[in-house]
Amino acid sequence: MEIEARNLLDEALGTLKGGMVVVQDSVQTSASFVLHHLLKRSLSLHSSDVVVFLAFSHPFSHYDRILRKLGCNLAVQRDKNRFFFFDMLMTEIADGDGEKTSGDGLVALYGKIQKVLSALPQELKKSVTIMIDDVSLMEVAAKCSTDHVLDFVHYCRALTSEIGCSLVVLDHEDIYLGTERPTFILQLEYLATVLIKAEPLATGLATDVHGQLTVLNRDVYDGQGIYRKKICNFQFKVKESSIEYFYPGSRT
Amino acid sequence: MAESICRALRDGALEGEHAAALTIKDSIASPFGFDVFAHVFSKLSSYILASKYQSRGLVLVAFSRSPSFYVDLLKRRGVDVASSHNWIQILDCYTDPLGWKDGVGECGSGTKSLNEASQIASFCKNVKDVETFFSMVVELGTGLVGRGKVRFCVAIDSVSEMLRHASISSVAGLLSKLRSHDQVSSIFWLLHSDLHEDRVTAVLEYMSSMVASIEPLNQYANGQRGNWNNLSLLEQNCTRGKFHIRFKRRNGRVRVACEEFCIEQSGIIFTSISSEDEKINQSLLPKLQFNLQLSEKERIDRAKVVLPFEHQGNGKPIQIYDGRRSQEDSVTEAVPISTSKSQTNEETGKGEIIYFRDSEDEMPDSDEDPDDDLDI
Repeated sequence: MEIEARNLLDEALGTLKGGMVVVQDSVQTSASFVLHHLLKRSLSLHSSDVVVFLAFSHPFSHYDRILRKLGCNLAVQRDKNRFFFFDMLMTEIADGDGEKTSGDGLVALYGKIQKVLSALPQELKKSVTIMIDDVSLMEVAAKCSTDHVLDFVHYCRALTSEIGCSLVVLDHEDIYLGTERPTFILQLEYLATVLIKAEPLATGLATDVHGQLTVLNRDVYDGQGIYRKKICNFQFKVKESSIEYFYPGSRT
Repeated sequence: MAESICRALRDGALEGEHAAALTIKDSIASPFGFDVFAHVFSKLSSYILASKYQSRGLVLVAFSRSPSFYVDLLKRRGVDVASSHNWIQILDCYTDPLGWKDGVGECGSGTKSLNEASQIASFCKNVKDVETFFSMVVELGTGLVGRGKVRFCVAIDSVSEMLRHASISSVAGLLSKLRSHDQVSSIFWLLHSDLHEDRVTAVLEYMSSMVASIEPLNQYANGQRGNWNNLSLLEQNCTRGKFHIRFKRRNGRVRVACEEFCIEQSGIIFTSISSEDEKINQSLLPKLQFNLQLSEKERIDRAKVVLPFEHQGNGKPIQIYDGRRSQEDSVTEAVPISTSKSQTNEETGKGEIIYFRDSEDEMPDSDEDPDDDLDI
């Protein structure tokens, strides 16, 4: 039996069924590798998960190249209807002509996601992951209307409790630093069941350690009423085809 | 204390007065408002089921969780849900608050999972329309208890979500209309205070007879956003917190109480302030005669003082204090001040050290050998 070694990140995350994961990173420490990891995990041979990916920051070829290094062929998965890629790079959600507001664009996008979901067979619906690769760019696409983006996130979240899928969202923390009340990022934090923060090391740059991850796993009630709540903190090193996770101080 | 807010909500409104109202507010540093909400909600549900008290029904406005979540919650807390349609109605503002699903066509899969909850839930498809929203809540309530003298409770699980869709004035109007409705016995809502301006929080607190605020055990030093560097602090705040309650009487008297809480598998557990802290508070504070803290002005003054050995770096010749009084100093002290001797630097007005002699018999600083009288 081929079992992939579970790393610290997997342990900290647990199963994500029905939850919402918010990943926050900063300019110095990008957390896109967490998305790649979750993508790979969902599409691996052992699981039958389906991923709906809303790409606002990178094209398909970018993800295809990275995931191929990690041992996962996105093009094949796409043909197998396990990976649905929405290229939102050039899409202007808000039209300038006044008729269409940014809300309408997001409604249409939501409609597309629902169409994908309803076409799936019943047994697969429970294991769908919706990923948004950069919510801040979604905000840009929606012409800075945070309310519409939050509405969209709310609807995606409503799907998670309705059919039991999960939602993964990446956002940048430092672009909200100056504002007195970073409402948008706080809203996301309130919604999150799992919050992942990628930060540079407090002690500065190092060759062996590229940053640290703090995973806050809020209370999750699953079907049996099982309950967990924990905080994990560990460091990581991004390598060419894999990521190493280790506890602080366990590397010399 | 947490029990007393549930009791106050249970006892409801007095004749000719507004309904009892509770604001539960939290912030991201200690985001357990929902746990408190769930606690109050399930407590109140069991009171209503006992049907010995003022209210006989409950209308829950669900913005942040699905109706089926609440049905599960009641089941978990041991509240009988079989007869739920007799006493609870859920206004579902969660599944489709803006009517998006109508536009794109229902995918048809979701309805099945609702089953139990769907009997007691009704959809609200346009939360922006506050007027219809109000009449829906009242309709659901009167549907439960009938028109007449019997009263019902209203619970709103997130006013913050409501405020995203409507202005504060219309939300405040809605809440006060509900509060003064004849058949509403009590009302409570949850608010994430850091998402709104301070005035919004104040408006909602004015309208409530009780305010329960949830605060972290240890306040972070740097403002609102939590400091993630201190992991142990974070860990502590992730399961425990402080619970402040403010009761406002009719005559304007205010009573404040404080408790601690701890989140556990079965829900939230309230305890009185831990004995250890209490001991410290009692044993240390009253006996202390000194002021150990510096006021803001004192802090600024202290920062201004130029220390005698500090290199000024302003191009002037460096003056090093040699332990004796300089010429200028003795001039300024021509009229000797009996209790103090000042070491004033060239740039006066920046700050100075004033030395208070402890007693008269202590001689002013001199070159005299202090160990003069030492006898070995």
